[in-house]
Amino acid sequence: MSGLLLITGGILVIAVFVLIYRILALVNIARGTSASHVGYSNKVNGLLFILFFFVGFGLIAWYSGKASEFYLPTAASDHGLETDKLFWTTTAVTFVVFFLTHIVLFLTPYFFRYKANRKALWWPDNTKLEVAWTVVPAIVLAVLVLTGWLAWRDIMSPAPKDSVQVEIMGKQFNWHVRYPGKDGVLGKYNFRKVDATNSMGMDFADKHNDDDFQPNEIHIPKGKPVLLKIRARDVLHSVFMPHFRVKMDAVPGMPTQFWFVPNKTTAEMRAELNKPEFNYEMACTEVCGSGHFAMKFRIVVDEPAEYEKWFASQEAWASLNKEYVAQVRAEANKKNVAKK
Amino acid sequence: MATAQIDLEKVAHQHDDHHEEHHEPSFIRKYIFSEDHKMIAKQYLLTGIFWAVIGGLMSVTFRLQLGFPDADLTWLKPVLGEWITAQGKLDQNFYLALVTMHGTIMVFFVLTAGLSGTFSNFLIPLQIGARDMASGFLNMLSYWFFFLSSVIMFSSIFISTGPAGGGWVIYPPLSALPEAAPGSGLGMTMWLVSMALFIASSLLGGINYITTIINLRTNGLSFAKLPLTIWAFFLTAVLGLLSFPVLFSAALLLIFDRSFGTSFYLSEIYINGQPLHNTGGSPILFQHLFWFLGHPEVYIVMLPGLGITSEIIATNSRKPIFGYRAMIGSLLAIAFLAFIVWAHHMFMSGMNPFLGTIFMFLTLIIAVPSAVKVFNYLATMWRGNIIFTPAMLFSIGLVSFFITGGVTGIALGNSAIDIQLHDTYFVVAHFHLVMGSASFFGMMAGIYHWFPKMFGRMMDEKLGYVHFWLTFVGVYMVFFPMHYIGIAGFPRRYYQWSNFDAFNSFGDLNGFISIAAIITLSAQFIFMFNFFYSMYKGRLAPANPWNSNTLEWTTPRFPGHGNWPGQIPSVYRWPYDYSKPGAKEDFIPQTVPYSETPESNLPHEVEIAKTVELEIKERALHPPHDEHHY
Repeated sequence: MSGLLLITGGILVIAVFVLIYRILALVNIARGTSASHVGYSNKVNGLLFILFFFVGFGLIAWYSGKASEFYLPTAASDHGLETDKLFWTTTAVTFVVFFLTHIVLFLTPYFFRYKANRKALWWPDNTKLEVAWTVVPAIVLAVLVLTGWLAWRDIMSPAPKDSVQVEIMGKQFNWHVRYPGKDGVLGKYNFRKVDATNSMGMDFADKHNDDDFQPNEIHIPKGKPVLLKIRARDVLHSVFMPHFRVKMDAVPGMPTQFWFVPNKTTAEMRAELNKPEFNYEMACTEVCGSGHFAMKFRIVVDEPAEYEKWFASQEAWASLNKEYVAQVRAEANKKNVAKK
Repeated sequence: MATAQIDLEKVAHQHDDHHEEHHEPSFIRKYIFSEDHKMIAKQYLLTGIFWAVIGGLMSVTFRLQLGFPDADLTWLKPVLGEWITAQGKLDQNFYLALVTMHGTIMVFFVLTAGLSGTFSNFLIPLQIGARDMASGFLNMLSYWFFFLSSVIMFSSIFISTGPAGGGWVIYPPLSALPEAAPGSGLGMTMWLVSMALFIASSLLGGINYITTIINLRTNGLSFAKLPLTIWAFFLTAVLGLLSFPVLFSAALLLIFDRSFGTSFYLSEIYINGQPLHNTGGSPILFQHLFWFLGHPEVYIVMLPGLGITSEIIATNSRKPIFGYRAMIGSLLAIAFLAFIVWAHHMFMSGMNPFLGTIFMFLTLIIAVPSAVKVFNYLATMWRGNIIFTPAMLFSIGLVSFFITGGVTGIALGNSAIDIQLHDTYFVVAHFHLVMGSASFFGMMAGIYHWFPKMFGRMMDEKLGYVHFWLTFVGVYMVFFPMHYIGIAGFPRRYYQWSNFDAFNSFGDLNGFISIAAIITLSAQFIFMFNFFYSMYKGRLAPANPWNSNTLEWTTPRFPGHGNWPGQIPSVYRWPYDYSKPGAKEDFIPQTVPYSETPESNLPHEVEIAKTVELEIKERALHPPHDEHHY
């Protein structure tokens, strides 16, 4: 139905345009070549820029107010508060530049429009002015970049030793997540060990894998550093957690990482946003194929005590898949024997 | 001595007579396999327009999906066939293919070949006073490589697995593994073959532009008197020459990985139920190679537009361009820095964060020359005597987009802020304004301004105004709202967002953007009508319709092969003597010697009239050797 509407609308629009063409073209032919090369349209175009300026900035002001609850989701990590501050500072500075330059660009041309009896100002250069508008932007940019660098340096610094480790693996088209279990060490993996059951390729020659568990949602404790160990199994993916201001590509053959400190539990966020259904989410931001847009994974931020409880309640993957692990180990033994 | 001179003149005359006797080349040599730069420019332009329509229609198609995810698109079935699913939805793989092809087409085929190919070819010989390009044959070859490349890319749209679908950046492993997506199969192979030919085309063109500008400038035209258009085309060609081969090598290694089992970009991959043999490769390597072209490419697209606008804004403000030397300096700075900022596209790729630091610093430096350019444009218009021709309107539009899109680059270039914004619609808004729309407006400005020289006829101004305002408002309606959507974190290349709570807002705004996109595209048909109608039925153009100073306006209305019927004029001054105090008119063409304008000469020019100018005049009496070709 809406398709039909669109077609009709499209045809109507085209018809209107065709009519405009023909009328304008005919009028022009009837009028012939005009004597003066600058006509009344010059004034109209100058005025239209002024109109565009006011309507444009009016709309920006109105919409920025109206939609403020939708853009930039509330930050829920320590570094996120920092980068948000940087973002808004940069936006404020650049908006001022944007606004001022457009005053000159859109408001003044009307007053400098062509008049036959006037001559333009001969003004080929002005060294002082040029030095000024080279140096001032350079200084402003230097300040912005330095503050950005300080933040970047902290965010990308090595993760604290006591971080909660979470391994995230991207594949077409979902995420797999693994925790190190009670021994605190993630077991080794190998892409050659992957099969229909063992999707993360855990290598059971490594005993550290025995207590690793693979939950179907990420739980992390509030106020503690969390280290994401990120990898991909087939093509590029990218871990994106909008509320935590976390993004890092998942690269096959090259593990990456990102650490952060979540500072609002899911419950607190629900209360703050007044949305009882709210959940933190992880998405993919590196195009990876047809299901790219659907790689959703839920994240829950708990109070540390709740988190400990949840952690303790998780059953190891190996004990959920005892037969598989036994079979893999038996085969490995057989091979070892054969080698000897 | 005197007799020798007379003899020389005689010889020159004989050559001229000979020129008159040249008979018209055959249809094929004149319109198809032409070696005339003006015809080649028109071939590029028409091909570019064709591609722009295809690329534009593609964008509107995927905007339908994004703006109206629940709409029934069965009515598109006659055109798209199997790509519309039984439920009347756009196929998800085809959506990605559309996005990919839209990017590829617009960046390479429209804004590189269509823009640079058209105006470098058309304007370089005309504005530097040359009979043609240094090598007409290579120039012809350049277009036909592009044509072949176009044919292959166009054919890939019609194959059953669809065209390439991994985004225009074709990051492996997705693009390397046919089993990863249908678009990585034959479509990707054709993409790579097409791009290889495209690169060959662009190199042939670039070498020619550089050689021509260095060697064939007319008598008196030093680099310090070149119009800024030529400076821009020159540096664009240099950028292309240094960076396109790197893309070629990236593509070559990708072809090896795809077809010959090498592991340049592939490592530790398990796909389709089995592990692949590849180890030790790095997908990041591809990204480095790709962006080593990819970033200069942004300026390859942008610089010609900036050059064209410099010319048009000065002419229509009836004022010299402000800070001519600073404009050249900033072009040089941008061209240089363009090569050392590429990894700002890769802050979140997993590369060493220390590299991110370096590239953040370098990236923000490039904002300085860009800012200088903007201020110089504003100063050029300040207290001018502005004529709003359609070309001037589009130039003002370019400056506006360059500012709007440029300032968001300061946020994106800051790696700490980029963590959140990378690969969201904020990036889409940023580059569509600063490079896409700005360059597109540069191209439009160029077409409106030089149409009279291309076809000897005028385009309709009123239609030009309507076209400008609809497009200008339309572009802002499409891309400005994307900033909000991007700040909210909406990722790029998403078929639909409603799966996520976090991205389940802005449904109305996305619908609005899609409608604006349809209107903007429709407005381009006004242009197309004006363009083709005026080509045949437009008012005949006066010799110098915009009262401009540059050399191309000294050629006849329909310049033949060789551009000037007699001797090529000599150049005595820079191209921006507009509204010079004391002068009778508000413009003094480059061909007017200072000795003829004593009323307006500045103190140092009085000196030039007595020295340098005499040398130029002396040389004009001894036409260079290669004149005999014509």
